[in-house]
Amino acid sequence: MRTYHQLTDPDRSGLAAQIGAQRQRVAERLAGVRRIVVVMSGKGGVGKSYVTANLGRAAARSGRAVGVVDADLNGPTIPSLLQDGDAPRTTQDRPEPTRGLDEVRYVSMGQFLEAGAPLAFKGPSAESFVWRGAMEASALREFLADVEWGALDLLLLDLPPGMQRYLELCDILGNPPAVLTVTIPTPESRDAVRRAMRAAVDHGSELLGIVENMVGGELKGTAADDLAREFAIPVIARIPWHPTPDAWNQLVTRIPDARRTTDDGR
Amino acid sequence: MKFLCVECDQQMAFAERDLPGDGTLAATFKCPKCGRVVAMLTNPMETQLVSSLGVEIGGRTVPAEPFETVRANVVTGGPSWSAGAQERLGRVPSFVRGMVKKIYADYAKERGIAEITPSIMDTARAELGLEGM
Repeated sequence: MRTYHQLTDPDRSGLAAQIGAQRQRVAERLAGVRRIVVVMSGKGGVGKSYVTANLGRAAARSGRAVGVVDADLNGPTIPSLLQDGDAPRTTQDRPEPTRGLDEVRYVSMGQFLEAGAPLAFKGPSAESFVWRGAMEASALREFLADVEWGALDLLLLDLPPGMQRYLELCDILGNPPAVLTVTIPTPESRDAVRRAMRAAVDHGSELLGIVENMVGGELKGTAADDLAREFAIPVIARIPWHPTPDAWNQLVTRIPDARRTTDDGR
Repeated sequence: MKFLCVECDQQMAFAERDLPGDGTLAATFKCPKCGRVVAMLTNPMETQLVSSLGVEIGGRTVPAEPFETVRANVVTGGPSWSAGAQERLGRVPSFVRGMVKKIYADYAKERGIAEITPSIMDTARAELGLEGM
């Protein structure tokens, strides 16, 4: 009996071609984005979303066109961080990104869910682990491909803890994205973040640097310096418990190649 | 996925797809030589796995809509808001907007209304005595 590859007629479903078309759509939509940066950490609770939102706002205040994708589908916080506590609004029929504080454009699963409701998908609940990850990856792909982002200097992706979403992004984008790492000072954070950074290096991502958050409080340690030494990258910001706008403004200037659209007349 | 008519040693051609609405999928394939037809019947979990990829068995016949997967599969927990209704809600002062939104959402849920439009908001205002909201 002949095998799959010995049958030469095209596969009518063309699933591989459909997946390829999805990737092409992502590439076309993001063609006007100068710099894609994922904000990630192997550790939860280090302030990735907080850093993302404030970095985005500072970059926007400095004249850059900035977008944020809230890639934390199960714990979306970008709407509240960028919309000053307003009730999230659905964007279901409006592919334009929402304009948040300082005109930062964003999209988030939080805009599709009722306040306080967990992310749930229609479908068979038994063995849902089989398909739920693929469903989340598809949702993330649609956030990238279906939103009219327009020309952006900087598109930030706020990732949930762990590596799964980063790996999905590598597939969706077709290239490993540049990574901005967030840690808190503790050795526990250092050890968890190290694994994530190692995975990012293994997949070919450029490590832009480390942001050490929650500095100067009760959390003790040298996580940022340890990781910077180990990966030969800079600590580009140390964010205190009560940061001033200057902390975020300085961080913007240290993100490589996050130029303004006006810099070359676009 | 391909189907082989073993007897004829011929690749079978996709013929028809059916989504009966119970979470399953049926796709039929026909042997171009002997005319034999077979049906592939997937269970809800298998169907969902394919659906979650944003692809269609048998090929995509119409272009994907924006947020197609999210809109079709995410449980939003409440009615959607039309662009006009969102615009009107946006004119409500922010300190009461959340409360006003909940009132309209509850009104729609109780009546099985899937989408809140300006017209629905007008009706709700009249019925609930919410003039000015």
